[in-house]
Amino acid sequence: MYIIGDNIISSLGFTTEENYTAAKQGVSEIKHYDAGIFGLPEPFMASLIDKERLNDTFAAISSDTHYTNLEKATILSVFYANKEAQIDLSNPKTLFILSSTKGNVDILDMRYETSYNLKSLYLWHTAELIAGFFGNKNTPVVVSNACISGAAAQIVAKRELDFGKYDNVVVVGVDFLSKFIISGFQSFKALSPELCRPFDKNRCGLNLGEAAATLIMAKCRDMVSRVSTPKNYFRFVSGAVRNDATHISAPSRTGEGSFRAINAILNSQLPTLKSQIAFINAHGTATPYNDAMEMNAIVRAGLQDIPVNALKSCFGHTLGAAGIVETIISIYALNEGLILKTLGFEESEKIEIDDEEFTLDVCNENRKTDKNYFIKIMSGFGGVNVALLLCKE
Amino acid sequence: MKINNIIRHSFNNSSEITELYRSLKIDYPKFFKMDGLSKLGLLASELILKGTENRFSPREDVAIICFNSVSSLDIDTLYQESIQNKDNYFPSPSLFVYTLPNIVNGEIAIRNKFFGESFFYICKIFDARQVIDTVRKTFHDTTITSVLAAWIEYSEEKKEVFMMWIENDNDVMELTEEQINKLYIDY
Repeated sequence: MYIIGDNIISSLGFTTEENYTAAKQGVSEIKHYDAGIFGLPEPFMASLIDKERLNDTFAAISSDTHYTNLEKATILSVFYANKEAQIDLSNPKTLFILSSTKGNVDILDMRYETSYNLKSLYLWHTAELIAGFFGNKNTPVVVSNACISGAAAQIVAKRELDFGKYDNVVVVGVDFLSKFIISGFQSFKALSPELCRPFDKNRCGLNLGEAAATLIMAKCRDMVSRVSTPKNYFRFVSGAVRNDATHISAPSRTGEGSFRAINAILNSQLPTLKSQIAFINAHGTATPYNDAMEMNAIVRAGLQDIPVNALKSCFGHTLGAAGIVETIISIYALNEGLILKTLGFEESEKIEIDDEEFTLDVCNENRKTDKNYFIKIMSGFGGVNVALLLCKE
Repeated sequence: MKINNIIRHSFNNSSEITELYRSLKIDYPKFFKMDGLSKLGLLASELILKGTENRFSPREDVAIICFNSVSSLDIDTLYQESIQNKDNYFPSPSLFVYTLPNIVNGEIAIRNKFFGESFFYICKIFDARQVIDTVRKTFHDTTITSVLAAWIEYSEEKKEVFMMWIENDNDVMELTEEQINKLYIDY
């Protein structure tokens, strides 16, 4: 499976180039918001999409005004991604996959007072709207696998293409913030009062973010447009989802599921492959537990020498979009032979496994690499973990 | 592929679910802390797996794949009520965690020590073809030997679960997708 088109819409911009440039320069739009925003009684830090720009940009491609902001961003993201891929989105051999944790959940808040269509609460309906906008009549697939959804959806895309029924798959991930989502993370005491610091010794929680992001995939390499960016071919090699089987909201201390997912994608190839892996783009939410869990998983998988980075301090945790956003940024970085820095990371943390101390090589400045593989890992509630392996050809 | 077991139940209210659970005489107090969706899933998995050999030995070769149409809407509505009013604002982490549909996969995985794949899909209606196709594609990963595949719907109007234990072998399935759809509808 090859990547033939991509787009990111976030607080950092509406094109992949804008987003990638910001991430490369270590720019973040994660800001402080006072109590009262979204009707929340407490202040919070987050990265929010510029809704005025969203509405103006959407108006340029459609005069239809009945879509929610989330739906507009999702449609726009697919539209932009296809400017590069140039496939027939209405073709029966094209499948849409939507990845989202909560979709239009904010409608629940308004259900007593507005004429909003309650059907919009259903993710299958959102997916039908998106596919329908582009004239696609196949039943879209919706993956709702907590915070790993965007990465897990890429595995589903690979299987659909391998199965042979489709030539192209559009994987689009989205989540917007609301009182519902922010209050929930606040109740978990998971949010950081400052810009988050993935893998830093003194990290103290995550920042949430909004994004819609798209990857358009093709089965064969010859479908990759030669005028597209990135200039190199990017192949999705393998992916695996594994469960911690430990706790529904706390990650396994030993990184059990993540370790197993990484092992599953490398299987017997580890000795030969290891020397070719440029970096691991981690989940790196900057909560104390998540990052410690990932360090354990990486060390247990024997990958402690491979550079690690995380992008949550640029984009925030964009939930159902995160796996797609971070895969795209990692592709763009490797396209020009770079490992991006981890904004906010300053001081390493030591972890101990079987009386031995380990420190990961977390990137704190952009670094050159001549290697061609990267690993993407993520974890989420429900004990789910995912690992992906991608390759530059 | 071989379907080894099918469980189909629908309930009028949540106490019927608890009743059936109690009749199984299982000692698993965590059950009572779960939301409706997870209770339904866990109950069905108990009915399917009870008495199987080496029941609780850790396995990575089992995938848990769930489907429904309303996601976690029941608990979403409850959670929304807890934050709706300024004067009565009590967001609770134990409620919020269940506002993700795939928590039911996690609950089944924890109970049975299933470290394998875990997916939750949202679709408009129960469609045996989609379920079976998804299971078939899952078996492309040759480390997966068995799939617990379930349609689990929990809403005010509907509390139903249709769960299958499917194993990977070379046999042609004894049941067609039409027959599975019929099993779902006729129950």
